Amino acid sequence: MTATSSQPQTWLKLMQGQRELILNIVSPLIMLLAWEIAARLGWIDVRFFPAPSKIFATLIKLIETGALWKHLSASMQRLFWGFLFGGIPALLLGIAMGLNRTFRAVLDPIVSATYPIPKSAILPLILLIFGLGEASKIVMVAVGIFYPILINTIAGVLEINKIYFDVSRNFGARGWQVFRTVAFPGALPLIMTGIKLGVGMGLILISLAEMVGAKSGLGYMMWNAWEILSVETMYVGLLVIAALGIVFTLVLTEIERLIVPWKATR
Amino acid sequence: MAAASQADIKIHMRDLSKVFETRKGPFVAIDRLTLDIPTGCFFMIVGPSGCGKTTLLRILAGLESQSAGELVIDQPKTSQRPGNSMVFQGDSLFPWMNVWDNAAYGLHMRRRPTAEIKEIVGHYLARTGLSKFKESYPHQLSGGMRQRVSIARAFANDPDILLMDEPFSALDEQNKLLLQEELLKIWEETRKTVMFITHSVDEAVTLGDRIMVMSAHPGRAKTIVDVPFARPRSVLELRAQPEYGEFVYQIWGHLRDEVHRARALDEAGVA
Ligand SMILES: Nc1ncnc2c1ncn2[C@@H]1O[C@H](COP(=O)(O)OP(=O)(O)OP(=O)(O)O)[C@@H](O)[C@H]1O
Ligand SMILES: [Mg+2]
Repeated sequence: MTATSSQPQTWLKLMQGQRELILNIVSPLIMLLAWEIAARLGWIDVRFFPAPSKIFATLIKLIETGALWKHLSASMQRLFWGFLFGGIPALLLGIAMGLNRTFRAVLDPIVSATYPIPKSAILPLILLIFGLGEASKIVMVAVGIFYPILINTIAGVLEINKIYFDVSRNFGARGWQVFRTVAFPGALPLIMTGIKLGVGMGLILISLAEMVGAKSGLGYMMWNAWEILSVETMYVGLLVIAALGIVFTLVLTEIERLIVPWKATR
Repeated sequence: MAAASQADIKIHMRDLSKVFETRKGPFVAIDRLTLDIPTGCFFMIVGPSGCGKTTLLRILAGLESQSAGELVIDQPKTSQRPGNSMVFQGDSLFPWMNVWDNAAYGLHMRRRPTAEIKEIVGHYLARTGLSKFKESYPHQLSGGMRQRVSIARAFANDPDILLMDEPFSALDEQNKLLLQEELLKIWEETRKTVMFITHSVDEAVTLGDRIMVMSAHPGRAKTIVDVPFARPRSVLELRAQPEYGEFVYQIWGHLRDEVHRARALDEAGVA
C-alpha cells in the first residue's frame, strides 16, 4: 500500500512543478495579450499604454538604427567605472574597518550619518561639483554602490569566527596575509550580497543621472522620449533596464556559486 | 627532574596567572601555576572541563597574555623553525580553503619554496590518511577527517613546540589508535616538545612522559606525575601490561576528585 501510494505522490509533485512552470510562462503572456486587445479596442488610453506589439516594433527599430546599442553601451560604461571607483574603495575600507576597532570607532558615525541620505538627493550637488560631463554620472553610480558594499563588507569581516584569526596568527600570517587569507575570503559571502545590492542601486542611479544633462544613455533615451512624446521608447527603456537587472542578478549568482564554493549546500 | 639544568628547560613558568575580566567581575582561570617543561618532553594536561587548559595553551601560543607571573620559552634565535604550532580544539580549518591549502597554510605564510611545500604537505596528508581528499573542502569532510587535517597542518609547519588541544577527541576509536601510533612514531623521529591536552587518562598515560592533573576554579596544578613506561612505546602492547592498568587507575584517582569538586562548584554557581 505504502509503496504504491508513494508513486502517485511523486507524479503529483512532478506535475505540480510543471504546472508552476507553465503558469509562470502563461500568466505574463495572458496579461500581454489582454493588454494588446484592450489597446486595440481602445479600452485603454494608448497615449499612456501603447500596445505591446507597438513597443516591440519600436524595440526592433531602435536596435536596427543602432540607437539602443549606443545608449546601452554609454550606460554600461558609466556603470562599470562607477562600480570600480565606488566598489574597490568600499571593499578595502570595509575590510579595514572590520579588522580595526579604532578605525571603526572613528568612521562608523560618519558612515551611519551619510548612509541614509537618499543618493538621488545629492544629484544636484554632484552636478555642481563634477559638471554635466561623464564624471558626474560615474560619481553618482560610485556613491550608490559604495554604501551597500561597505556596510556588507564590514558585517562580513565582523561575522568571521575569531578562531580563524587566531589560526592565521599562530601560523605566522602578518598584515596583508591576514587580509588575503582570512578577512577577504571570510567576508566574501556578504561582500557578494553587497555587490548585488550595489549593482541594483547603480542601475537606479544611472537612469536618474542620465535624465539630467546627458546626451546618451538609457536614462537620457527615456527622458528624451518624454520630450518628443514617444511613449513606446520609454517602455523600451524600462524593458531594457528590467532585463539588465535580471541578467546582473543571474550572472552574480553564478559567480557567487563559483567563488564561494564552501557555502554551497551539496 | 630537579637536577635538570637551565639549558634543558624549554618552557619555564613561575606563578603564572590568568584573570579574565567578565561582566560578573574578575574570573581566575589560572592561578599561580609554576612549571618547568624540559626540552623534548611529551607533556600531558588533564583536568575537568573549564579548568583553564586551553587558556594555558593559548598563553604559550602567544594568543593570550598572562595577567601575572613569568613565562620564558627557550627559543634558539638562529632557528628557521616557527616557535609553536597549535592544533586547536574543535573546528579551526578555513572553510574557504581545500584540504591541501589548509595543511600547507603555515608553510605558505612563511613563503617556503613550492617544492618543499609539496613534499612536506604530501607527506603529512599521507600519514594522516587524507591523500585522496586534498581537493575537498572542509564541509565535505567528516568531523574526524577535519581534525586530521588540523593535525597535519601543525606537523607540516614543523614547529619547535607542538601545542595540541584535544586533537583526537572527534575521532573514532580505530582512527584514534592509528593516529596515536603515528604521533608516537613522528615524535620518536623528532623529539619535539609537546604540550597535549586530553580528557582521556588512557591517552595521557599512553603518550606522555609527564602528566599534570589540574584542579578547577581556580585552575591549579594538582599533581604532576612522571609516566614510568619505556620508549619507544606501542599503544596496544603498552595497554596489555598489568602495570598500565594500575597507573591509569592511580591517575584516575587524582582526576576523579577534581571532576567531582568542579561539578559541585558548577552546581553551586561559582563558575
Ligand atoms: N575570553 C574569556 N573571557 C572570560 N572567561 C573565559 C575566557 N576564556 C575562557 N574563559 C573561562 O576560563 C575558564 C577556562 O577556560 P578554558 O577554555 O581554558 O577551559 P578548558 O580547561 O580548556 O575546558 P575544556 O576542557 O572544556 O576545553 C572557563 O571557565 C571559561 O569560562
Ligand atoms: Mg579547552
